[in-house]
This record gives sequence, structure tokens and C-alpha cells, in this order.
Amino acid sequence: MTSTAPVLQTAGLCKTFGTGAALVRAVDGVDLDVATGEIVAIMGPSGCGKSTLLHLLGGLERPTSGTIELAGRRISELSERSLARLRREAIGFVFQGFHLMDELTAVENVELPALLAGRSAHAARARATELLEQVGLADRAGFWPAALSGGQRQRVAVARALSNRPLIVLADEPTGNLDSAATVEVLRLFEALHEAGQTLVIVTHDSRIAATADRLISMRDGGFIDETRMTGGTRGDLGRLVGLGGQ
Amino acid sequence: MGRLLLLWRLAARDLRRHPVEAVMVFLVIAAAATTLTVSFALNGVTSNPYQQTRSATAGPDVIADVIGAAPAAGSRGQPAGAPATQAAGTPAAIASLTGAPGVTAHSGPYPYLYSTIRFHGHRVDVVAEGRDQAPAPVDQPEVTQGSWVRPGGVVIARGFADALGVHVGDQARIGGQPLRVVGIAVTAAVPAYPSSLCHLACPMAVPPDMGLVWLMRSAAHQLAGQGSAISYLLNLKLASPADAPAFAAAHRGPPGAAPVLLYPWQSIRGADDALIQIEQVALQFGGWLLGLLALAGLAVLVGRRMTEQTRRVGLLKAVGATPATVAVVLLIEHLVLAAVAAATGLLAGWSLAPLLTSTGAGLVGSPGAPSLSPSTVLVVAAVALGVAAVSSLVPAVRAARTSTVSALADAPRVPPRRPLVIALSARLPVPLLLALRQLSRRPRRALLNAFSVAVTVIGIVAILASYARTSGTNPGISNLRADRLDELTAIITVMLAILAAVNTTFIAWATAADARFSSALERALGATASQVAAGLSTAALLPAVPAALAGIPLGVEVYHLLAPGQPLTVPPAWQLAAVFFLSLLAVTALTGVPSRLGARRPPAEILQEA
Repeated sequence: MTSTAPVLQTAGLCKTFGTGAALVRAVDGVDLDVATGEIVAIMGPSGCGKSTLLHLLGGLERPTSGTIELAGRRISELSERSLARLRREAIGFVFQGFHLMDELTAVENVELPALLAGRSAHAARARATELLEQVGLADRAGFWPAALSGGQRQRVAVARALSNRPLIVLADEPTGNLDSAATVEVLRLFEALHEAGQTLVIVTHDSRIAATADRLISMRDGGFIDETRMTGGTRGDLGRLVGLGGQ
Repeated sequence: MGRLLLLWRLAARDLRRHPVEAVMVFLVIAAAATTLTVSFALNGVTSNPYQQTRSATAGPDVIADVIGAAPAAGSRGQPAGAPATQAAGTPAAIASLTGAPGVTAHSGPYPYLYSTIRFHGHRVDVVAEGRDQAPAPVDQPEVTQGSWVRPGGVVIARGFADALGVHVGDQARIGGQPLRVVGIAVTAAVPAYPSSLCHLACPMAVPPDMGLVWLMRSAAHQLAGQGSAISYLLNLKLASPADAPAFAAAHRGPPGAAPVLLYPWQSIRGADDALIQIEQVALQFGGWLLGLLALAGLAVLVGRRMTEQTRRVGLLKAVGATPATVAVVLLIEHLVLAAVAAATGLLAGWSLAPLLTSTGAGLVGSPGAPSLSPSTVLVVAAVALGVAAVSSLVPAVRAARTSTVSALADAPRVPPRRPLVIALSARLPVPLLLALRQLSRRPRRALLNAFSVAVTVIGIVAILASYARTSGTNPGISNLRADRLDELTAIITVMLAILAAVNTTFIAWATAADARFSSALERALGATASQVAAGLSTAALLPAVPAALAGIPLGVEVYHLLAPGQPLTVPPAWQLAAVFFLSLLAVTALTGVPSRLGARRPPAEILQEA
């Protein structure tokens, strides 16, 4: 499923906070290529700059220096409005804290990006229903987030990230708030996405999730210190791989 | 004692940590308290000048008035719109009163008639009273300039002369007759211009502002000979002036006889008080409106403060504070601020009141210093404390009920779910979609916003209605009542507009702050900063539209309630349309800045906080 053509590229990416003695280099000279259909896991200790890197990749923050290209388009120089359009059309976010709207049902949460992109209410709902089926939550479409388990909420969040058929999904600690069983639910979903050719960049502390990736990058003090290509893959053997028993 | 100290310390420290918010709470309550204090302090301030004028002019205790037969309306010398009276009055009809028990002195009967004065291009309705050259024992007007009446001369009441700009030596035409102004005088027998004699016995359904002039009896009869009806006034002094109302009630003529009207001096003083009363009504009305606006603004401010203090509430509870303690700390903070604001408002109102007590040139002497009665202090304090308590109550109870764990986690409150709004909004453009969903999350705030806009529009429309009603009936000449009311309504309008602007900004700021998480998420999902800002502004504008619409008829109705007996006055359509559109424009402009600032913060930063 993985193509060699990079969908996302960064060169010399830097992000600093503060000035003078208080200057912090959250991201320091990162060069990264992500191929279409590839799953890249970025691991590292807390505060090493993983989440900041993800926010830069998604256009939620602007880099201090360096470039980011998504599908050949330099996004680091786009206006706020163009960045918003890009997030809407080409990028899907999955957050550690799910970030679902509490007052919206599961299906209403999933259809939100499509509505923001100006799709008709009917088309947005149809796509949301399809995605909920895809993540195995068709029977929970009308549930409030509070009535869903952690794993189910994160699956809703993944479905929402896929609403506008993004080029890339950026996941920030997607299993950080989940128990083991819920973690497996999400891992299975990522596996299915991988099968379908979806490009994913996952920032995680969890070595089990990293084990499912095509490539594992280690990060420390804002920079990449190691990169491992996971050639074995995880297809069909996820449970054993993450130590949670077979399917 | 230790507990009280703790409560006080918590409240004081919190106020010190949020000085800007504390100052805002103080200012909005102080503005309402000042306005109310001024209105209450004006009670009875005109008594002093009226009594001085009464002593200086041997003012009558009762005036008897017999109205003469009027010729056809619109005839020469008669104001247009005057209905015909039923029976002709003669001096004999009131002359018998001079011998009534309790009467110690009298002057008259004097003839009077409605006429007009022409001076420097102005034509103004007047009451022309025929007098003798010799001084009268009762109601001898005090000449302040020139001399008393003489053949070929006219004396003009001072308030009216000032308004008309006439001076001793000028030539004026009364009912077409050229007369020289020989004097300017004041009297306590009729209320000062712009009320004038028409306040006592006016043949017009809607009395115009009439001036008072004195001329020789013969000149009055000469004017009557030109077609104007002649009536008569008799001034009576009583042994007991306090019994004047009872005397007047006892000597009214039997039904069917010539219409004799009796006026005790107290009713004339009351008419002079009307100059101040109209200010009092305007100020009280403005004060209550400002109080209501303060209530709406404070409710938002306090609610927002409570949202910010969720973690503090959790900490207090975690160390053993009861829900009641949490609520009491918050109430103490606002009650202390309200008490200081009430005291400031009382002091400021008392200091400002003398600026509004001038009775004009119609009376001699100056008004006494306005006084603050215990009831005024009580009402103003109760309003200030009530506003603070009511606005703090809901957030305080909510904070007290929050579970300790979720308060410590600073978990956002789950907003109410409105499936219908969500389904409907999905079919609308993005800013409207975001606005409707924002409104459904915070319906109480939307109501407060609507309330604030409605109160402001009601106030401004009522002021416009009063302006349309009270502007003088004699264009081109100054009118003390209308001029004073213009100044006052301008001040109240500005205060209302400022407080409403502050409220709208509070609401927009609080809404943008509360919506920061959902806005950041919407932006992460692809909404632009402009769409989010437009959504927040639209959320403020949507409730403002029906509120401004409802405020227009309510404003007209409120003015009607405040001015009973007056015909319904509706301001011109262009003014109403301007109020409507300007109020919406103001809401859009005022919410634009907080909305844009709120939408500018990087979404990643906000999402990481959540």
C-alpha cells in the first residue's frame, strides 16, 4: 500500500518559544519525509517536542524556520485562511483527549468537518454514517460522547478525522487516555486505515502503537535521534504483537 | 470569628487578584445608584423659592376663577382648538366668596383673557390679566425690573420674558394692540412659564405653553371687545393658609351654575414642582433602567469569574470548605463592592442634584440644598445590594454544587443539548451554524444579551417619545422644561449607551473566552479564524434583533405609562429605524473585537490546555 512518493516533507523545521536565556527549542532542525500510505510513529519522552512537531505538520502552529510541504504545496508560508482550508480538506487530527463536542452525538461530531467544509447536510450525514460503520460504531451513532467508552470515543474521533478524506491523519497520543482493551480497538482501526492506504503520523509514548508503524522515529530535545524501518509490519497479528492475546 | 476572618480574607484576596473586574462591578452599580439618588434628592427642593416668592408678593391662599363665555374657536385673540364653555361667568359669581368664613383679605375680581403676544417675529399664546395701577393687598406681583402696569404699558412675567428675550422698553403687540413693556415681575399666584395660567383653567384640550402678562383693566376689556372671551380671577387670603384645599373644596359652585374653579396655593406650588418632577421621573426611569442593565452586565461578569475560578472552588472544597462557604465568599465579594458603590452613588447623587434644581426665573430665591432621607439611602442601598446579590446567586449556587473532583480537574461544564438546533444549523452557512450552536450552549447568556439590548432600546425610544412630547409648543423661544429635559435625557441616553456597550463587550468577551475550546477545535477541523469570529459575532447579533424590535413598542408604552393622561406619542419612524439599526450596528462592532481576539489565539495552544 505504501508508495514512495512523499506526501509530507519537512526541511530544517524549527520552532522556538521564548527569548534570550528562556529560549526553548521545541523543534530543532527536523527533516522528515512521509510517503503516501505510510504509518510513521514518532516516540520520545515528555517535552521532547513531539506534539509541537505534529501541530506544525498540521498547520496549527507556524514554524520559526524551515519548510513544510504537503502534496508538493509549501504550507509553512500559507495564510491563516489557506491553512484552515488545508486542515479542512487535507489533514485529519486525532487528539489524546478525543476533543469531541459533548453536546453533539457521535454522528453529529463526525459530520462536523464536512459541514465546516460547506458540504450539504445530507452529504455530511451520509459520510458520517459510512465512517461510523467503518469504525464499527454504526449502532452508537446517536449516542452522546459521555455514553461511550474511551475506545469508542477515540474511534469516533478517528472517524471525524477521516470525514473530508484527508491526505494525512495526524494522531497525537491517540491511546494516551485509553486502557489496554480500548488501545487494541484503536490499533485495529489504524491497521484497517493502513490497509486502505491512509497516511498516518502518530506521536506516541506507547511502544505497542509504535510497533504497528512502518517507520519509527525517536525524538529528543526537539530533534530526531534515531529512525527504524519496521519491515515486518503488523498485518493480521496485532494482538500477539502488542501482547494482548490473539483475535 | 476565625471563620468570618477566613471568609473575609478569601474575598479580599480574590478582589485584589482581579482588580479590573472589581472596578467594573463597582462602576456599573455606582452609575445606577447615582442616578437613583439624584432623582430621590430632588423631592421638595422647589418649596423654598415658592415660599419666598409667596411672601414677597402677598401670594393668595386660594384663587377663584370664573370662566367667561368663549366666542367661536379660532376667533381673533383666542387660541386655536379652544372649545366653547357652557355658561358665561361674571364677577358676581365669585364676588360673594370675599365674605366667606375664614377669608381675611382679597384682591379682584380681575378680568383675564387668552390672547397672543407678537415680539421679534414670535407669536406666542398668553394670558393677559387686567390689573389696577394701585398695589393690591393680595397677589401684588414683585416688580424686578421697570415699573408696575400703567396705561399703554404691559408687565411681563419674568420666566416668560426671559424665554421670549423681551426687556423693559421693548414694544410688543398683545392681541394686535401695540403696548410698551414697562416692567418685569414675578408672582406666586400662577405657576411659572412654561406652565403659566393655562395650568389653572385652560380652555384647550392640549394646553400650549402660555406666557403671563399684566396690563390695565381697561386694556383687558378693550382686548375682550375684539372677540376674546373674558374671565375673572379673585385672589383670597385665608386666616389659615393650610386649610386652603378644604376651603376650595367647600366653595365649588353647584352643578349648572357658572363654572367657578378654586385653586389652593398648594396646587400652584405643585405646578412649579412639575418642572422638577419631570426631571425626577426621567431620572428615576433612567436609574431603574441602569439598574437593570447593571444586573445583566454583572450576571455575565460574575458568571465568567466563576468559570475562571472553578479550580479555586475545587481547592476550597478539597480542603474542607462547604458548598455554602464557596457561595458566601463570592457573595461577600460582590456585596462589599455593591456597598461601596452605593455609598459612592449616594454621595455623587447628592452632590450632582443641585445642578438640576434651578426653577428658572419664574420665582425669586434659590432652592434649598437637596436632602438625603433615610428612605432614599435605604432604597439606593437595597437596589445596589439586590443587583449584586441576584447577579451572584446563580453562579454562586452553581459553584457550590460543582463536584470537587471535576472542579479540581477544571472540567468544562457540559452544555445543554439541543438536537433541533444542531439539525437545523447543519443546513446553514458556517458562521450561522457556529452561531446557532454557540447560542444553544449558552442560552442564559443569549437571554442576558437580548435583555440588555431591549432595555437600552426601551430607554432610548422612551426618551425619544418624551422629547417628541415635551419640546416646547412655541418654536423659536426657549422653554425651560424642554431644555432641561433635553439635557437630562441626553445624559441618561449616554449613560444607557455606555452601560449597554460595556454589557455587550462583557458578553462578547465572556462568550469568546468560554467558547475558546470549541472555537479552537472548530479551527483544527478546518474553520477559518474569520468564520469563527463571525460565528461569535452572529451569536451576539441573533438575540439582539428580536430584542431591539421588541424594545421599540415597549419603549413607547413605557413612556406612556410614565406620562399618564398624555396622548400616546410615537417618535418619527426614521428615529425608530435609526435606533433599531444603530443598536444592531453597535452590537456587531462591539462584539467584533473580542470575537476576533478570541479567534486569533493559536488553536494548538488552547487544545493542549484542555
